[in-house]
Amino acid sequence: MSLLSIKGMHAGYGARNVLHDISLDVEERQIQVVLGANGAGKTTLLRAISGTIARQGSVEFNGARVDQLSARKIVAAGIAHVPQGRGTFADLTVDENIRLGAYLRTAAEARQDRERWLTFFPRLRERLSQQAGSLSGGEQQMLAITRALMLRPRLLLLDEPSLGLAPIITQGLFKTLAAIRQEAGMTMLIVEQSANLALEVADSGVVLESGQIVLRDSAQNLAGNDEVRRIYLGYE
Amino acid sequence: MTLFASQIVDGLADGAIYASLALALVFSYRSTGIVNFAQGEMAMLSAYLVWQLMAWGLPLVPAALISIAISFVAGALLYATIVKPLSHASLLTVVSVLIGLYLALNSLAGFLWSYTIKALPSLFPKAHVQFGSFAVSVETLGIIGVVGLVLLLLYLLFETTKVGLAMRGAASTPDSAVLVGVSVPVMLLIGWGIAAALGALSGILVAPKVFLNPTMMFGVIIYAFAAATLGGFDSVVGAVVGGLLVGVVENLVGTYIPWIGPDLKIIVALILIFGTLLIKPDGLFGRKKVVRL
Repeated sequence: MSLLSIKGMHAGYGARNVLHDISLDVEERQIQVVLGANGAGKTTLLRAISGTIARQGSVEFNGARVDQLSARKIVAAGIAHVPQGRGTFADLTVDENIRLGAYLRTAAEARQDRERWLTFFPRLRERLSQQAGSLSGGEQQMLAITRALMLRPRLLLLDEPSLGLAPIITQGLFKTLAAIRQEAGMTMLIVEQSANLALEVADSGVVLESGQIVLRDSAQNLAGNDEVRRIYLGYE
Repeated sequence: MTLFASQIVDGLADGAIYASLALALVFSYRSTGIVNFAQGEMAMLSAYLVWQLMAWGLPLVPAALISIAISFVAGALLYATIVKPLSHASLLTVVSVLIGLYLALNSLAGFLWSYTIKALPSLFPKAHVQFGSFAVSVETLGIIGVVGLVLLLLYLLFETTKVGLAMRGAASTPDSAVLVGVSVPVMLLIGWGIAAALGALSGILVAPKVFLNPTMMFGVIIYAFAAATLGGFDSVVGAVVGGLLVGVVENLVGTYIPWIGPDLKIIVALILIFGTLLIKPDGLFGRKKVVRL
């Protein structure tokens, strides 16, 4: 059984429908990547899953329907969403951001997890008392991911983690994500424009076009697919 | 020298009252981006409530505590019934509604308790403490002590508790607060409750000095606005420092500049507001919003 199973999902903003009849399965401990051009509906897909926008259709998570739940209940059910643009608490310190990530956990769990995730992001440990708003883009992304991991989610939704980052930073970030999947068995659904880097760490992927899934395959096959190479990987 | 020192101490006590009302303004502003123009009138009603409870036979201190608790609930209700439903309305709509509330509460007080002044006893005994050459009234020390204690409790709430952290998160970035499982409306509700309770405290502390009447907070709210503006309007520390500064400056100017005297002192507050907005619009402690992409 898939950890996340979406069937016939429609979603959008007000009267404007962005996603049309999306069906998508994410397997436990897998990294699945969602590719697509700007405006294809990638961000909308993640928002629909995390319940931050209105949606129709069925979303099953861990065997239970979550499509009628509020965003807060979905968080509690174990889906953590790292929004585009990171969404850290700019006014709070790095440490406070991390502690707030564990809002639904006990103090003991929070202490334990904080140590665990800081070993993956040693840069954050040096900046614990700094205001989140003063971090570099890469550090903010690390913080946003750490904060999401503090929830002890079963599924991590990442919206364009590479946005605005230098290629070398993005590379490091994806290596860390792969390590987190390896060691913690975390399931991830990643929306990404840096398709080649994302496909390197992913197991499978889908291509979204005008709000519909037009292609689904293993990451390896997608990386070798001519059309994907031409459109999303920049090969002629 | 003695006069100067006693003016400073009295100024700090007045300033502590302004600071608590300024903090009330800052709390509601930080959490919802709305300046509660009715904050002073709510504080006035809280002071009347103490008087009413005493008229019904309660002693002063329990009456004050009950009034502060009821004010907390009233502030939370104000958020739930008026502010939250207007969260997507234009700024002009919200300002109009709150000014309407200001007038309504003012008239309500006049209707319920009439416009003749009433005396509310002070929480502190009429006595003086001698420090070498000059004497300070127990009331002055008591006001500084009570407000100081409340500030300490607020500091502990926001810096050391989970709820306090969640409240700060909800005020700073509501969208992200939802994504860590914080119920943002509940946090803002508590924030408006605390603001109303702080306002009640300022009303109860100032009422014995100015006597109870429906317009008793008019001067105080102007000073509180000056304090909040001086401090930067989104800064908690700024509101406190601003409040103390305004209190001291007000007292010194009233004493040493003869033509100003007690009657024109309110001008000082207005000059502080204008001066801050002209010279340093972010105030002493307000942060410019820095957005890094």
